[in-house]
Amino acid sequence: MDQIVNDVAAGRSTAKPLVELRAMTLQFAKQTILSNINLSIPRGQTVAVIGESGCGKTLLLKSVVGLIGPTSGAVLYDGVDIHSLGDVEMTRLRCKFGFVFQNAALFDSMTIGQNVAFPVVQHSLAGGRSIDRMVIEGLAEVGLPEIVLHKRPSQLSGGMRKRVGIARALILHPELMLYDEPTTGLDPIMSDVINELILRTRMKGKVTSLIVTHDMRTARKVADRVVMLYPYSRLARGENQIIYDGPPEGLDTTKDKRVRQFVQGEAGERLMELQRTSLSGFDETPRLSDKYPA
Amino acid sequence: MSSVPSRSQSRLAPQYGLRESLTRWFTDWGDVVVDAVTTLGDMAIFAGRMFVWLFTAKPCKGTILSNFYHVGVLSLPVVALTGTFIGMVLAVTSYSQFRAIGLESKLGAVINLSLVRELGPVLAATMLAGRVGIAMAAVLGTMRVTEQIDALISMGANPIHYLVVPRFLACILLIPALTVMADFMGIVGGYFYSVVMLGIDHYQYLNNSRQFVGGFDFFSGIFKSFFFGGTIAIVSCYRGFHCQAGAEGVGRAATAAFVFSFVMILGVDLMLNILIDAVYIALWPQGAKLF
Repeated sequence: MDQIVNDVAAGRSTAKPLVELRAMTLQFAKQTILSNINLSIPRGQTVAVIGESGCGKTLLLKSVVGLIGPTSGAVLYDGVDIHSLGDVEMTRLRCKFGFVFQNAALFDSMTIGQNVAFPVVQHSLAGGRSIDRMVIEGLAEVGLPEIVLHKRPSQLSGGMRKRVGIARALILHPELMLYDEPTTGLDPIMSDVINELILRTRMKGKVTSLIVTHDMRTARKVADRVVMLYPYSRLARGENQIIYDGPPEGLDTTKDKRVRQFVQGEAGERLMELQRTSLSGFDETPRLSDKYPA
Repeated sequence: MSSVPSRSQSRLAPQYGLRESLTRWFTDWGDVVVDAVTTLGDMAIFAGRMFVWLFTAKPCKGTILSNFYHVGVLSLPVVALTGTFIGMVLAVTSYSQFRAIGLESKLGAVINLSLVRELGPVLAATMLAGRVGIAMAAVLGTMRVTEQIDALISMGANPIHYLVVPRFLACILLIPALTVMADFMGIVGGYFYSVVMLGIDHYQYLNNSRQFVGGFDFFSGIFKSFFFGGTIAIVSCYRGFHCQAGAEGVGRAATAAFVFSFVMILGVDLMLNILIDAVYIALWPQGAKLF
């Protein structure tokens, strides 16, 4: 029984996955960021992707929604390779996605109401008063009052902007929600509000979620499964870039020291590396007075 | 004194021999040329995609009017003002030379012909590139940097259709109106300075203008302005879309938008003038006889 639970949690169920990355490799300017990533996410599951800054978490998220094409490999949504789709099919498919950006990415030139209504207006799915009703309901779902409707994004706090971003992403009732560091830069209370919203979204509509986060509290609270990516540049030859794939409870008991250190927030070898670099480079490093003469 | 390079030199300024320096110089220039050709190719693809959206889908609601307002209405005062000054400057600079050869009565023809054929369209385009093109690149660049363009895409909107097509339409449709305004105010400014300040005969000034400035001259200027407007919109939007990260990236995109637009306006102007002259000679083989 435990094995089955772990298998489901780790996405190894026999059911057809909603999202599947097959041997996905992503390179920028000849630099490999993601290499041979294999990941499948069953329908209804919430997966948190954790890892150091720069290991490619956000790029992974963007490749799932088709913002970035992989250098090789494939990204499948419900069995369809999304990067082989034409513009029209891709646009139709994107109605099923909700993307919450790290800084909310609200449109500055629009009011909050226009921002939340944007996906509905764009796809002409409703008109006039029904759009207004949808927007007000959407904002209420994330705990924002009607009074913010006519405000501009610059007039809201970071937490409110994040909630507006979530309301905008949810307005079309997506099948797949993608969150890019939803709690970064927020105070602990607002982070918890966002975590509750993610949980509530999941309970309400059986939404599949992929969350990129550094916040272990978020990962533990909302995720069924945690995937940890390790920077490709620091991997041993032939090693898998996903160094942990399992339930959140397993993060503390895993044998991999790198995972434990990340979860506990310990710099470990990285600190020693830093010290070594600065010590070895000290003799040859030009003094500030050499570089910037008075 | 010492043959050993200093510590800062060894790190910051590597020393190369003549051969290696020359190789590096050629390689750097090669990179510049390759970059320029790649950018032009990219811009052509970008323009191609914009034209596909322009002819296959209606522009998005709510984006047209605001762009028309920013490009047309808000540019009108500055274009009118600069047009007036250019007309007056032409009168000031031409007067002494024309007077020396006794042809000051022909000043109206020279000022007005220069304005409607060349200075009006180029001036309106330059003002548009400076006022609107830079703003376009900065706005789109900021949208790129703050992931707003990614947000548009993720919500199923095409950013070229949503952001570029309305700006292109605003530029291409309103620049002729701005050109007419620059022409008109330039003519008024030139007339005012020549007749009121310099005392040139009113009748002769207008009669010479009427005699030598025709509909072809006026419409050739308007015809050129469509191309200038299209160039400004495409270059500025392209620069904004390909903005590098950070505030510096946005600043560079805005600067590059103006510089590229201005250079391309002059290049397009040269080519169109050659074409217009060929058409003029084909239609009126005797050519213009000003004097």
